[in-house]
Amino acid sequence: MKLVKNSAGRFVPTKVNKRDEIPYKGIGKFRPKGNKAKPPIRTCIDYPEDGNKLVSSLEEALKKSGLKDGMTISTHHHLRNGDVLTNQLFDTVKKMGIKNIRWFPSASFPCHQHLIQYLEDGTIHHIEGSMNGPLGKFTTDGKMKGIGVLRSHGGRYQSIQDGEVHNDIAVIAAPTADPFGNATGDQGKSACGLLGFALGDSEYADRVIVVTDNLVPFPCIPWQIQGNNVDFVVQTDSLGDSSKIVSGTTEVTKSPDRLLIAEYVAQFFEDAGILKDGFSFQAGAGGTNLAFALFLKEKMKAKNIKARFIRGGSTKYLVEMLEEGLTDYILDGQTFDLEGVRSMHENANHVNTSPFTSYNYHGKGNFASILDAVVLGATEVDLNFNANVVTHSDGYLLHGIGGWQNCLFSKCTILAIPSFRDRIPVIVDEVTTLCGPGELIDVIVTERGIAINPKRKDLIEAVKNTKLPIKTIKEIYNEVNEICGGVPAKPKVNKKKVVAVVKWVDGTILDSVFQKV
Amino acid sequence: MQKSFAGQQGPKVRSDCYIEIEETNSGGIKIDLKSKVDVMYGSSIKSMLLEMCKYFKIKNANILCEDSGALPFTISARFESAIKRLHPEITDEFLLPMNKNNLYSTSKDKLRRSRLYLPGNEPKFYPNAGLHSPDGIILDLEDSVSPTEKDSAQLIVRNALRNINFYGAERMVRINQLPKGLEDLKFIIPHNVNLILIPKCESKDQVLETEEIVNEIKSKNKISNEIFFMPIIESALGVEKAFEIATASIDNCALAVGLEDYTADIGTQRTAEGTESFYARSQIIIAAKAAKIQAIDTVFSDINDMEGLRKSVLEAKQLGFEGKGCIHPRQIKVINEAFLPEINEIEKAKKIVIAFDEAKSKGLGVVSLGSKMIDAPIVKRAEKTIKLAVENNLLDKNWKSNEIS
Repeated sequence: MKLVKNSAGRFVPTKVNKRDEIPYKGIGKFRPKGNKAKPPIRTCIDYPEDGNKLVSSLEEALKKSGLKDGMTISTHHHLRNGDVLTNQLFDTVKKMGIKNIRWFPSASFPCHQHLIQYLEDGTIHHIEGSMNGPLGKFTTDGKMKGIGVLRSHGGRYQSIQDGEVHNDIAVIAAPTADPFGNATGDQGKSACGLLGFALGDSEYADRVIVVTDNLVPFPCIPWQIQGNNVDFVVQTDSLGDSSKIVSGTTEVTKSPDRLLIAEYVAQFFEDAGILKDGFSFQAGAGGTNLAFALFLKEKMKAKNIKARFIRGGSTKYLVEMLEEGLTDYILDGQTFDLEGVRSMHENANHVNTSPFTSYNYHGKGNFASILDAVVLGATEVDLNFNANVVTHSDGYLLHGIGGWQNCLFSKCTILAIPSFRDRIPVIVDEVTTLCGPGELIDVIVTERGIAINPKRKDLIEAVKNTKLPIKTIKEIYNEVNEICGGVPAKPKVNKKKVVAVVKWVDGTILDSVFQKV
Repeated sequence: MQKSFAGQQGPKVRSDCYIEIEETNSGGIKIDLKSKVDVMYGSSIKSMLLEMCKYFKIKNANILCEDSGALPFTISARFESAIKRLHPEITDEFLLPMNKNNLYSTSKDKLRRSRLYLPGNEPKFYPNAGLHSPDGIILDLEDSVSPTEKDSAQLIVRNALRNINFYGAERMVRINQLPKGLEDLKFIIPHNVNLILIPKCESKDQVLETEEIVNEIKSKNKISNEIFFMPIIESALGVEKAFEIATASIDNCALAVGLEDYTADIGTQRTAEGTESFYARSQIIIAAKAAKIQAIDTVFSDINDMEGLRKSVLEAKQLGFEGKGCIHPRQIKVINEAFLPEINEIEKAKKIVIAFDEAKSKGLGVVSLGSKMIDAPIVKRAEKTIKLAVENNLLDKNWKSNEIS
């Protein structure tokens, strides 16, 4: 495999799964040419005039979709760790004797450990999407037949739209749908909120199958997925385990250290002047981010400040802010808890967005760059502010990128992270895997202090006379190494075997994940 | 073959390790390391274990180390504990280098508004405790440590005193109830501890006994830093003898009250109103003030009730207490803030400091404010109030020039 050094100084392959790839060239340096991909023309004369696209089973839908060896099947992750459908889908694919499928999920979860058997027996050739937990270990151990491809949510939309990934069959788990294929996620026993991550699949895939456990008579209102893009509808007993459909990370942290980090972030918002009337921010799920939202809410109330919009992942805390009049809108990309689902259904200003509107880098602008500030996490950050979100410091793939890379384009990108976890340093000399170039990362907030990227002289100036514990990233790094007992050793990897690549938001290759030895 | 073990194991354990050592007749040292940080620190963990084997003259042994991300101070304490359980005759200690950040001392009248208890056998809480800015951190060898783990906790606490940065918090240890607590002292005194809490104190003799052993160890180890005592009154007898306890040693800096044991001793339950302990708390405050030392209140045990905590601190402050125990870092900020001076206190302190300055400039030996004479401790307290007010933005740092102009 030929590896070249890209402009971030990382060694990456020029061919991945037999496809030519472009090494990362720098932020804003790659300008694609050509036209968008397009799905085949379909005509309504091939579809039932009565609008009833129901077929008897998923197997029948796959057969009618022309499933054959080597095809790409996409799924989405709105059902999170409660997703039963994806596992049933590949049970069916296996039963049909189909091989070498490229699985193109918007994310995977530990529940998808079930699919390792199909990666082993060749039913699935490789994954392009996140490789979480057990799938990450399987991949990093070099057991997957092809090379994994990790993309951001926006990058996934970009790859479909640019024709980088030709999606043969999209399977959409719809908590509510009608026989025509109109579908929504905001109601039904498996309600998960949005179906935005399946939008690109529904628009571009050759064939689109909607599977629902809550079939309603036409019309399904609202429709997040349009039936006009759907080929077949399958009714099933259950899409998933509803107790796990809602993310488990939506409780505010009880850790005093994480609460301290959250408090520092909220104070930074105030002291750096981000907190002003009409501002906007995004903070995902996860205990620290939720705590930050609560601290920020108190400050907003005390100063009588209102946000123009908040980007979700929505949670009950953001919903409270909307319902208490502290923001005009929630622009929601995914829904993390049942309050978010309820709000989406009830509040007109809780607005459904998609990776196209929010994150797509090959669009005519996107929402991510309009945000005043975003608060994110990371598994590692290095002395140049480069960050990693996909691998653990031991070299194993841990989880996907989500919308993380896309969010780096906000006006102030803040990583709220512990300086070390148990004895695992988070502030390191060089990240194991590069997912976000340091030039886009402005502030690191840890329990041991706040480091501001030297490029952001304006922020440094804004907070210089405050009580915030401002330090250099090197100071935090030294402190962490002193506590942990020296500079950690790097994982031993086989530099000749790339098991996965990390794509940048423009579709170029930012870094490689190597086989663990 | 002799075998012993120390530490904690299981899926829920964090930042700790379990060590098993089996001494053998031959074969050298064999280490079976199962560590969640094997890639990063596996070789340094093995090096440390080998170095310790050499130090304790262990030549042949099978060592199992199940590590859940323990820091070096924990691994070495656990291993030393396992070795000493195997060889109780060993008295040598494997000491980590003293962290240069820990070489600070304290003073008798230091602020002691918040003091955070950390269980002596739970090292996971140690590295970040100081980040929450408590006035003091108490490494507890008493109630939070089970009887079978007292020896292990002594080594964890000793190593923490040497190795963990407490970010300026007063470094306190609560020893066991006497006489057992006297055995704890040798693990603490040589390692720059600032303050010893003497629990369930019921007589001045207990303070004197502690003082005697502390002085012996200080002298033997040529230690010059000051070590203060905070006896904790937790029984009816202790309350009765509060003044003699408070005045027992020149090194007493405070008298604390512990209400869980006190209420059990008098046969009642703690209530939110605290009527059952009003006499005891008042007695302890009076005894402490008469002895010119600080009076420190008990802990507030509901860690989710911040408003209740705030009210409890304000009540304690009104009674005369100057500090309160904390069992969770989130309580620290509430306590520190509630103990802040009020506006009338600041105004009074300003007048005292100005009067003192004027008297000094005139070369007067006696300071008076109106018709009242002011003695040195009152001036000192006023200066402390001003300092606190300035530090917390309640008073401009140039207040004096503003006041005079």
